[in-house]
Amino acid sequence: MSCEPWQCAEVAATKKAMSITKPEVAVSLIKRAARPILIVGSGAVERELEGRLLIDYLIDFAHASKVPVVATAHIVGEFMKRGFKPSGFMSAMDIGNRLVDPSWMGLDGKGPYDVVLFVALPYYMEAYILSGLMHFAPKLKTITLDNAFHPHASWSFPNSNVKVWSENLKVMTSKFEGGQ
Amino acid sequence: MTRKNVRVKIGEMKTNAGFIKNLELSVGKLVDDSWEEPMGPTPKPGLTTLRNWDLKLLNRYKPFYMPACDLCCLCTFGKCDLTAGKRGACGLTMAAQSSRIVLLACCIGAATHTAHSRHMVHHLIEKYGSRYPLDIGGLNIKVEAPITRLVCGIRPKTLGDLDEVLDYAENQITQALAVVHTGQEGNNLDFESKAFHVGMIDHVGMEVGDIAQVSTLDYPRADPEAPIVEMGIGTVDRSKPVIMAIGHNVVPSVGIIDYMKDNSLDDKLEVVGLCCTAHDITRYWDRGKIIGPISWQLRFIRGGFADVVVLDEQCVRTDASNEAERVKAPVIAASAKNCMGFKDRTNDPADDIVADLVSGKVPGVLILDPDKVGEVAVRVAQKIAPLRKRFNVLPEVNEVVELAKTCRHCNMCQRSCPQDLKVPEAIEAAEEGSLKKLNELYEFCIGCGRCEQICPVNIPIHSLIIKSAEKQLTQEICNCRAGRGAIQDVEIRNVGSPIVLGEIPGILAVVGCSNYPKGGKDVADICREFANRRFIVVTSGCAAMTAGAYKNEEGQTLYDEFSGEFAAGGILNVGSCVANSHIAGAAIKVANIFAKRPLRGNYEEIADYIYNRVGAVGLAWGAYSQKAAAIAAGFWRLGVPVLVGPHGSKYRRMLLGRADKKEDWDVYDARSGDKVNVGPAPEHLFQTVETKEEAMVFIAKLCIRPNDTWKGRSIKLSHYIDLNKRFYGTIPEDLHLFVRTPADIPMTMKDDILKILKGKNWKETIIPDPTLLPRMIRKKRK
Repeated sequence: MSCEPWQCAEVAATKKAMSITKPEVAVSLIKRAARPILIVGSGAVERELEGRLLIDYLIDFAHASKVPVVATAHIVGEFMKRGFKPSGFMSAMDIGNRLVDPSWMGLDGKGPYDVVLFVALPYYMEAYILSGLMHFAPKLKTITLDNAFHPHASWSFPNSNVKVWSENLKVMTSKFEGGQ
Repeated sequence: MTRKNVRVKIGEMKTNAGFIKNLELSVGKLVDDSWEEPMGPTPKPGLTTLRNWDLKLLNRYKPFYMPACDLCCLCTFGKCDLTAGKRGACGLTMAAQSSRIVLLACCIGAATHTAHSRHMVHHLIEKYGSRYPLDIGGLNIKVEAPITRLVCGIRPKTLGDLDEVLDYAENQITQALAVVHTGQEGNNLDFESKAFHVGMIDHVGMEVGDIAQVSTLDYPRADPEAPIVEMGIGTVDRSKPVIMAIGHNVVPSVGIIDYMKDNSLDDKLEVVGLCCTAHDITRYWDRGKIIGPISWQLRFIRGGFADVVVLDEQCVRTDASNEAERVKAPVIAASAKNCMGFKDRTNDPADDIVADLVSGKVPGVLILDPDKVGEVAVRVAQKIAPLRKRFNVLPEVNEVVELAKTCRHCNMCQRSCPQDLKVPEAIEAAEEGSLKKLNELYEFCIGCGRCEQICPVNIPIHSLIIKSAEKQLTQEICNCRAGRGAIQDVEIRNVGSPIVLGEIPGILAVVGCSNYPKGGKDVADICREFANRRFIVVTSGCAAMTAGAYKNEEGQTLYDEFSGEFAAGGILNVGSCVANSHIAGAAIKVANIFAKRPLRGNYEEIADYIYNRVGAVGLAWGAYSQKAAAIAAGFWRLGVPVLVGPHGSKYRRMLLGRADKKEDWDVYDARSGDKVNVGPAPEHLFQTVETKEEAMVFIAKLCIRPNDTWKGRSIKLSHYIDLNKRFYGTIPEDLHLFVRTPADIPMTMKDDILKILKGKNWKETIIPDPTLLPRMIRKKRK
């Protein structure tokens, strides 16, 4: 497992993400969050982990953790086909743009989010959005659940193979009340 | 028109008044203004002339910055860390630095187009004279240069008239570039406004270039039936010597084709092009061939297809000469902007240059005289083709397997691939003797070669991919329509009303480069989808080539299948990069020819008209360059939204509206002066989308305009809803923001949608005569 950026040139400058060495760390961060949100990109229906699509792992995780989900690109329909209604769907740029606005009260109007989980956007696109949030939403903590290290996040899993990734997601899900 | 440096010299003249001898008159400037249209308020705007207009847009579409770097390292105070609110040594914030980089990119793009146009105009004036008349469409075009008229307040009639236009453009680019210097502008929105300004200038520069070349080189002149031309490596007769031109400036290629024609060699060699030069070769000569977009460079060179490589300017791989040397293909660098380190042989006898290139004494030369380029390229190609015998550097299949076996499985090829392609898996399969997975990468590879640069054991991975797809490569045979140039005035008259009323659901401009996220088929699919939906689909540049690269079940490309007319359901290729100006020109002409809005130096009013009425959207699915940034900026200032594919996120700044902020979407009703909320129409000015499906939904949505009649809005909504249902599996959640009256709702969905609206607390509103400009209000209510 490596804590170098997955795409070699996506180097950090003065700030670099903390590495999530084990899934329990991510769980702890999420449990401590007052208003977490999970943003799921189009890769959720393209990445297969140990015979299951990533989206299925994420639905399990969302059910267990009760973290609201925003589907980007066109994948809201894929969630709904599986009987899961995301809290919202919008383009990745739109959600990024709202998150840098401290006055945005969230999808439910109950207040700003404090922890944002990202997964399954194209690597470079996710990297740019994370950079935007790092600079312009400094109070927000960002966590990536991909198997590719994202230096511009606050916390990121290291680069890993799909087997480890699958295991991490399963462990995370199991650590929430709804996942037991 | 204004003419400069008029000189009259009289040797001897006898008149009734007396005898004149050796009289010399010199006039610095002569103004001939026979254009009846009065000058508008903003001819030749400076950096701040249109700032208020820009700020109206920028306050609605606020920048969302995504810095590519945390630092500023442009001056020796730095490097400065600008993270999380810190200012640099000069006081600059990250927002301002990010917009400064945007401005810099736009300056590079605008300078590149304008310098290209300057070179062409200079060359064409030398060849044809400054009084050569401009003619881009005969009697079908009266508004010959809509952008130039709008921005400069000038109606150019001759090649020489374009000089003054370029003088203005060059001046403005210099002014804008100066803004980027340390200790100048400090506010991000002011940087953004200047980026818009340079984008507008970029459109002027492009228009000058294209109308100059269309007028002089006998290109199709606003011709909806411009010829279908061959495209793809499979169309090249490889029994003949092949000259390949790469770049954007057709002048050296014209030298080649003219030399062939003058010497009755035009059926003895193949002249093919890559990138926009290819478009212009086929606009000039119907036997020229398009190989493909920018990303095909390595494929074609390494495949050994070219006997001579001619490099002009822009988007040329800077290692093209090294690659050509590997396949023993001599290189002629033909642009002062791209000398490639070669010795300048412009003034040497052609015989000597030919001898040196054919013997291999030198791998390449710099020749800045296009006629000499023509002679040398043709003679060298003829002599060297039998010697080269299509020498290439692609490995044999058994060598592919052996090379794959040297792989250390470090995964760095995938990690350096912009597409994140699964190269390691493909190499592993090749080790086992199967090239299938390598072959599967071919369609998605953008040909950058970064995988090879990083490979620790120097496996020529890109060559392995090409080899695995050799059969496909050599059988690539498809069609493109030659770039037609401008849109005819009569076409604008025919579609002006349905566009403005919304009954033609939109104009989709599919433009830009080939940095596609998942291959080019997405481009063709999007074009087909919207042509079938009776949008007007306009293409240009590499995207225009890609649109023609895929065939339907009947073996037809889009250009065979759809009309080239600027009409509902047409798919028309305007031409090369500089021909993008005709797309902006068409929007401007809708305001001028159809709506009779005065054009001359009247930018703000025309942009306000386009923004509120012309449902146009640009899609640069594979945009990569600074030129693409400048082109987009020119469209933003005109009020035309631009979508980019996922790689477009690397432009580092989006211009996004907030549909959830109702207060952002008020316009004035020009009839009464009342403020009317029109909803987020269009919602964004610059937006990255992630997938083809998302792009299609956004295209339909971004064509919605405040001025749509109920019938037009109903048509637009039916497309938006239909695409949503198809790709998102649901009815749009923001529908209530776009329905103004029940009549806006598509008939077949009325009951369902009314129920949804009721749940959203929707209220009926009026359809205004929309404007953002208080001065356009005809009658203010007391």
